[in-house]
Amino acid sequence: MTENAQSTQATASGDNYAVIIRDMHKWYGEFHVLKNINLNVTKGEKIVVCGPSGSGKSTMIRCINALEEHQQGDIIVDGTELTNDLKNIDAVRSEVGMVFQHFNLFPHLTVLENCTLAPIWVRKTPRAEAETLGMEYLERVKIPDQANKFPGQLSGGQQQRVAIARSLCMRPRIMLFDEPTSALDPEMIKEVLDVMIELASEGITMLCVTHEMGFAKTVADRVIFMDGGEIIEENNPDEFFDNPQHDRTKLFLSQILEH
Amino acid sequence: MTEKNYIPGEHPDLPPPSNLIGPVAWIRDNLLSSPANIIMTILSVWFLYIVIPPTLNWFFLDAAFTGEDRNACRAVADGACWAFIGERFKLFTYGFYPEEHRWRVNLSFILLIAALIPVLFDKAPFRSLGLKFAMAFPFIAGWLLVGGLGLQPVPTSQFGGFMLTLVIGITGIVFSLPIGILLALGRQSNLPIIKVFCVSFIEFIRGVPLITLLFVASTMLSYFLPPGTNFDLLLRVLIMVVLFSSGYMAEVIRGGLQAIPSGQIEAADSMGLKYWQSMRLIVLPQALKISIPGIVNTFIGLYKDTTLVIIIGLLDPLGIGRASLSDTKWTGLSTEVYIFVAIFFFISCFGMSRYSLYLENKLETGHKR
Ligand SMILES: Nc1ncnc2c1ncn2[C@@H]1O[C@H](COP(=O)(O)OP(=O)(O)O)[C@@H](O)[C@H]1O
Ligand SMILES: [Mg+2]
Repeated sequence: MTENAQSTQATASGDNYAVIIRDMHKWYGEFHVLKNINLNVTKGEKIVVCGPSGSGKSTMIRCINALEEHQQGDIIVDGTELTNDLKNIDAVRSEVGMVFQHFNLFPHLTVLENCTLAPIWVRKTPRAEAETLGMEYLERVKIPDQANKFPGQLSGGQQQRVAIARSLCMRPRIMLFDEPTSALDPEMIKEVLDVMIELASEGITMLCVTHEMGFAKTVADRVIFMDGGEIIEENNPDEFFDNPQHDRTKLFLSQILEH
Repeated sequence: MTEKNYIPGEHPDLPPPSNLIGPVAWIRDNLLSSPANIIMTILSVWFLYIVIPPTLNWFFLDAAFTGEDRNACRAVADGACWAFIGERFKLFTYGFYPEEHRWRVNLSFILLIAALIPVLFDKAPFRSLGLKFAMAFPFIAGWLLVGGLGLQPVPTSQFGGFMLTLVIGITGIVFSLPIGILLALGRQSNLPIIKVFCVSFIEFIRGVPLITLLFVASTMLSYFLPPGTNFDLLLRVLIMVVLFSSGYMAEVIRGGLQAIPSGQIEAADSMGLKYWQSMRLIVLPQALKISIPGIVNTFIGLYKDTTLVIIIGLLDPLGIGRASLSDTKWTGLSTEVYIFVAIFFFISCFGMSRYSLYLENKLETGHKR
């Protein structure tokens, strides 16, 4: 359906890439958070990003949908280059879904209204159609029965699944996850990961910041390790976990394996 | 007492012991729980005993409701002389609005109620139509009261009494909320010019007493206007009142805006909502909800501040009251006048206060995070 739109937008950088990040730098004031990031994500690829706290994982992933501005280098998402042009930013954002650590559901709207908001206001989908769509995705994340509750009445795991459904309602081609399970109680992590694993099997491009190694091993095509604002190492999951190259990677893996 | 044995995991829910509930328990817990509490209870009962019977006497049992003048009142009763209020009631309500046009004031008042219902209650029938009417109401009422376009014009200098209070209070409320919202958003803007403008405006307003602004409205403004222009005094007062309360409103709403986690805007941004969409659909509904107590507080303050217009010669109920007191037929009845005006303000303000509680409860969606 949107395939055509996509190919007309494509640039010389190649049609096979969902995200291209080239020589990208970012500063917070004086602080150089991201240093020379290079990352090409092919369409349908699942990427897991890990690294110690403060290494710039969130910042990098948030640059992809322009929640953060980068100061140097290029980011091309789905053929659209992120510049200061608001039109490009809006185009990218409506194609890229994002799931946050703290869910960020809208507490004053019901679960279903959370899901239909963007289709109605951004895509201009008629309300009835948007509601059908919303219910469809709530079924996919297995909570259609909660549609008319408010987010505050749900458990953390349920809220995060609603957040995933809410993003999916925009039918994004790329999904960004920023530590989607790290604010959850242990018994709820699995229900969210299950939904994400199922989603991964459907061909969507995924970039996921997480320390869930089981998840990384199951779905990731590539694991990226960041430290100090740089990509230190990247590899397929088996190699990455069994045979890390870099000392910092080894240290990090030993730390997260300890508990 | 014997404790029945239940199999672990099958303990049923039992009713609470009888000494925890019921009126006796309530009295014991709330009125007689400690020696200090017992003393407080006794003192309060004694205080009520001292205050209530004489008050009732003065207000009703010992009051005169009819009579020609003060002496007629005193002849029949020692309490309040409501006959005075009765005689001046129309003046208190309409000010000097011409008799033959007072139906326009009454009609405006009825339309006001019709406009308020859909605004205040979301289950009102035909609400979307009602809201459109409510948007048009200020203009319809303005036309009815002032005249023109086929209606005989009534100079605003003849406005007075409760009607004047309502005109100023409602205009202030209706316009200060949207202007306050814009100022609050502007104060958080990334655009320096807008931000500086909003901050200076708000700080100026907050640094100047309303009375000063009213004096500016009544006297100084005419220096700045081209000679010969006749800029209605009431209109000038309305503008000043609106500006004044907008400044306060902006600060109240800013408090609400700051309580919204940045994640809400990020989520809205990440879905592709535009600035005004995310403000209108995500941020403001939540920020305004948190700000309800402050907003209503500002409304109430504004409503009561309308009495300040007496200083520049507009005849609000207090002004009418003072004027009436100088009537030799009715000398010495200031208590009645001030209590009467106080009751009017109390009813309006208490109504607003209760409505705000109702609204807060209704908007509660079970998130306290
Ligand atoms: N808005 C900001 N302003 C200044 N510094 C920031 C801001 N956001 C994040 N940082 C800093 O940037 C670094 C990277 O942050 P982040 O991307 O959140 O790390 P991670 O997600 O890997 O834990 C951290 O040192 C953090 O303190
Ligand atoms: Mg992070």
